[in-house]
Amino acid sequence: MSKLIYLVPLFPLLGFLINGLGRKYLSKSLVSIIGSGTILASFIVSLMIFFEVKAPGFAPQVVTLFDFIDVAKLKISFAFQVDQLSALFLLIITGVGFLIHLYSSAYMHEETPPHFARYFAYLNLFVFSMLLLVLGANFVIMFMGWEGVGLCSYLLIGYWFKNDDYNKAAKKAFVMNRIGDLGFLLGIFWMISQFGSTDFSVVFAGADGTPVKILTGITLLLFVGAMGKSAQIPLYTWLPDAMAGPTPVSALIHAATMVTAGIYMIARSNIMYTLSPVTQAVVAITGLATALFAASIALKQNDIKKVLAYSTVSQLGYMFLGLGVGAYTGAVFHVMTHAFFKALLFLGAGSVIHAMHHEQDIRNMGGLKKHLPITHITFLLGCLAIAGIPPLSGFFSKDEILTAAFLKSPVFWVLGVLGALMTAFYMFRLYAMTFLGKFRGTHDQEHHLHESPAAMTIPLVVLALLSVFGGFIGVPEVLMKNGHQLENYLAPVFAQSTAKMHEEHHLSHVMEYMMMFGVAAIILVIIIIAWNKFSRYQKTTAEATGLGRVLENKWYVDEIYDTVISRPLLGFSSFLSKFDKIFIDGIVNGVGRLVQYSSRQLRWIQSGQVGSYILIMVTATILLFIIQFFWKS
Amino acid sequence: MIAAFDNFPALLLWLPLIGGILCFFIKNERNVKTWSLFSSIITLALVAVSLTYTDQKHYMLNEVKYFWLTDIGASFGFVLDGISRTLVLLNAIAFPLIFAATWNTKYSNSNSFHGLMLLAQCGMMGVFMATDAMAFYFFWELALIPTYFLASQWGGERRIQAAFKFFIYTFAGSLLLLIGILYVYLKTPDQSFAMLSFYKVKLSGDEQNWLFWLFFIAFAIKMPIFPFHTWQPDVYEQSPPAVTMVLSAVMVKMGVFAVIRWLLPVFPSAVKHFDSIVIGLSVTGIIYASCVAIVQDDIKRLIAWSSIAHIGLMCAALFTLNHAAVSGVIIQMFNHGVNILGLWIVAGLLEQQLGIRKISQLGGIAQKAPVLTILLVIVALANIALPLTNAFVGEFLMFNGLFGYSKYVAAFAGLSIILAAIYTLNMIKNVFYGSMNPISERVQEITLNQRLVLAVIVVLIFIVGVYPAPMFDLIRSSTDTLLSRIAAK
Amino acid sequence: MPINYYIFLAITLFCIGIVGVLTRRNAIIIFMCIELMLNAVNILLVAFSKMHYLAAATANPATNVGSEAQLFVFFIMVVAAAEVTVGLAIIVMMYRNIHSVDINFLNRLKH
Repeated sequence: MSKLIYLVPLFPLLGFLINGLGRKYLSKSLVSIIGSGTILASFIVSLMIFFEVKAPGFAPQVVTLFDFIDVAKLKISFAFQVDQLSALFLLIITGVGFLIHLYSSAYMHEETPPHFARYFAYLNLFVFSMLLLVLGANFVIMFMGWEGVGLCSYLLIGYWFKNDDYNKAAKKAFVMNRIGDLGFLLGIFWMISQFGSTDFSVVFAGADGTPVKILTGITLLLFVGAMGKSAQIPLYTWLPDAMAGPTPVSALIHAATMVTAGIYMIARSNIMYTLSPVTQAVVAITGLATALFAASIALKQNDIKKVLAYSTVSQLGYMFLGLGVGAYTGAVFHVMTHAFFKALLFLGAGSVIHAMHHEQDIRNMGGLKKHLPITHITFLLGCLAIAGIPPLSGFFSKDEILTAAFLKSPVFWVLGVLGALMTAFYMFRLYAMTFLGKFRGTHDQEHHLHESPAAMTIPLVVLALLSVFGGFIGVPEVLMKNGHQLENYLAPVFAQSTAKMHEEHHLSHVMEYMMMFGVAAIILVIIIIAWNKFSRYQKTTAEATGLGRVLENKWYVDEIYDTVISRPLLGFSSFLSKFDKIFIDGIVNGVGRLVQYSSRQLRWIQSGQVGSYILIMVTATILLFIIQFFWKS
Repeated sequence: MIAAFDNFPALLLWLPLIGGILCFFIKNERNVKTWSLFSSIITLALVAVSLTYTDQKHYMLNEVKYFWLTDIGASFGFVLDGISRTLVLLNAIAFPLIFAATWNTKYSNSNSFHGLMLLAQCGMMGVFMATDAMAFYFFWELALIPTYFLASQWGGERRIQAAFKFFIYTFAGSLLLLIGILYVYLKTPDQSFAMLSFYKVKLSGDEQNWLFWLFFIAFAIKMPIFPFHTWQPDVYEQSPPAVTMVLSAVMVKMGVFAVIRWLLPVFPSAVKHFDSIVIGLSVTGIIYASCVAIVQDDIKRLIAWSSIAHIGLMCAALFTLNHAAVSGVIIQMFNHGVNILGLWIVAGLLEQQLGIRKISQLGGIAQKAPVLTILLVIVALANIALPLTNAFVGEFLMFNGLFGYSKYVAAFAGLSIILAAIYTLNMIKNVFYGSMNPISERVQEITLNQRLVLAVIVVLIFIVGVYPAPMFDLIRSSTDTLLSRIAAK
Repeated sequence: MPINYYIFLAITLFCIGIVGVLTRRNAIIIFMCIELMLNAVNILLVAFSKMHYLAAATANPATNVGSEAQLFVFFIMVVAAAEVTVGLAIIVMMYRNIHSVDINFLNRLKH
């Protein structure tokens, strides 16, 4: 079966080609069938591969399709890696991807057929790139997917290309990603010069024994790539702006899959990170800082999608924290559960926006509970999951990361818990302002409120079930013997790292119980506070002041970037442009002008008077004689 | 087959030459266009046939030699090795595409226009195949002269000035080159202009050092490398689209190619001596040109500056003498030629339809011309080296080579990846996306011939981008020979 | 007679010719001055020819050393004659056109 791995990315590619080339000729229903069908086919193949991989005695395989680059000593094959990690990601991508395709077919029904097909083509291309990313058996193929998802994100954010703000957001996303990509690329080059190859097998085998300095350099550069793709400080600002795209896109790309590419990459190259503690510390601190920073911004946002976007940035920060403290399984676990509940929340938000006729400001919502019952229930479950209420999925994955962080340093744990509290607060602020209280929108909007069609609610229900029960594949040891199936499953991928991390000092059970349920209890309190406060929310015109104002304006980071980077770059460029015109071109033209000028001066010698010519001739002859005569002396 | 392997170089020279001369005698404009397209397609077909001869041993052995000035050791010698083949292929692909894409453009004196175009093609064929310094110089100039007339007769308002600048610039370089060639010739053991004699010549370190600059400046002007670049934006802006395409798709590659063939193997010690200066200049040029491109409002100047940046990278990568990087440069020459051709076609099209090139005055074209937009976006993204497009292969290898040379230089040059994304996406955003205005309302969807040409370009982009192995096979043995020769000397 | 006398004579004649060419404006006089210079050269050639012949003849009476110079003199005379014909013809044409033989009017080429 794993020989057929190429089918998994091939289906979405075919879907992309058919929908892209036939966008003028295919009907909308055909387009959605092709678009979703290809992903479903991939999902089925992935499922079969997953069961093969899961079976005991499976050895990781590399399926080589053809040589991509073969020059001098450098050989890069177009090869796919089949192992536990890639199989798991295949399931997440194609599974969640399929649900979102299904959802999209209803959500995007207002579009005209060519644009509808264009949308599905982009979506399929995205899934293709993402699959390439997780399947690549070397860093170059991974990089192809890496840039490919960036491209699709660009195309989908700018999907409504008539709107200039959306185009700006799309461009910003691409450029920010490219900054990260440069780091990733440099990391690959360093890898080539160190190991002579980018194949996972060669690089990871060679990592042990490589000087730590070099490994630190490589891993830091790769992490720069992850910062761009997974929206970490300082390259996170594109993600909230990326909400300009259609909501299902936000769910698929900017929540469930693409942004987790950075986590996948680090989990994949875990041994290199384990061997360079400096990078690990950087990863953990960046992740924690992002988690807190983004959560603080989310507290004061009023756009339903922006809140979710900052929440995504914050959750990604948690995953990096997990990676940084060596809890690779925990990070991957959180990727999975986050894919479930964040996709659910985004799709729920999409359902709300759909019902509200493209209104996204939660100050104008409220009381949607009775109008959108299915959306409401699923959304609530999603909120509970992300807040980390036991026994929902978010509880288990977040707990695993926090426990690992505590083992590393209690400070990490305290700050992590602080972030979790903020998460609970802003999520229930969002929930309460949207679904509870009184409706605050216009009468016209109220009149049209309706539950979304089945194509939209079915994915919501499926994702809600996954969010609720998804956590049970990773129940901690304390609660259940052999409960952590995911850890056992992923153990071969992280075996090298586990062998390196000696200090296996466990917490006492009491301590662990206390941390787990103590945190859950505080979170519950926070939820109740938020619930109470915001279900009675009234519209006010009062401007926020102090810290609130700073948070509302996202700590003014965009403005700072604008003044510190964008403007100086533009100014510098204009200066260079002028410099070129005036100075360099000036020199060139100056030489030309000098020649013309001196020629004009010399012209006066050609007076046309024969006498003067002869005089010059005679004088010159006499001079030559004199020179010849006196030369020797 | 129709010809023995050895006859290909001769045929490839005669076909465009005769085709070009015949053009001058055809009166009817339509017939001229048909004839020139036909003759360039024949040339392409011939090149395609020549590619099927893959016997690598033949490359350097089967040299075609016509006797020219035997007394002084100069002859018309030509050979088709892997590097030549890549560029000859580019040259042969470019012309039919150019003729087809500009099919609807009206020219006064269409016959001389197309005649001169084909003569330029002949000149470039000669440059890419010459194995004799005198013949190389001869064709180097032969390619320049038709271009001068093309740019000065059929261009925009300031065409005379721009063409004159171009001519003086390149001609000054050519004279330096001539002096250099003559000096090396006098030093050859057997008093010959042949390439192999040039490779064998023994020069002292000092001699190499100043000869290096004579050659390099000539080639640097052609490429162009910062700070010899100022002719390029002006000429590209002022020339008619077809000429701009020839210049940027093929002719600037002459400079890079000449470095590979006539500079690196002849003065290896000087190359190693001055590599940091050249790489420094090139890398400065990359960032410089990328920055300037960001603030350009003229779509043609923007493409011109982006071309300067890309060529700078090729030059920098060449001087690392890294095997992978040099292979990358050769492949990138081909890819860049293909990509930039696509960009010029679109730029020319917009100018022809709307009469303006100002990015700030355009907008929303995607609404009226979706196919054009899709094709342009693909070409533009290939131009900024997105993976799975052709330019990625070349740029990856070139940056890799540069990284091997110095990490910091590579990181600095790598900033151009970001800057390229900024200026390209800015252009796409402002020209194609957004809302329409009265000017861009007039735009029409592209015609069938342009659609076909761009489709061919897009197909080439993806073929080379996904499966570049045949290109590597093509150039492998000649790159090996080249680098071992440099290493040995 | 010592060779010096001939040389001095030739230099004198040549200088007269140069000064004449430089100072006079009448085309015919300039023309005559040019002839004067040519003849100065002729005198020199003949004088040196004779000198070399005398030096060589003491050793070998049958020698023909120096005869080339005499040939050159004939060449010069022939060329001068041809030049006179063309030159005078030009001057005549010039006189017909501008009614003067003053060369200061002959700067048309400049314009």
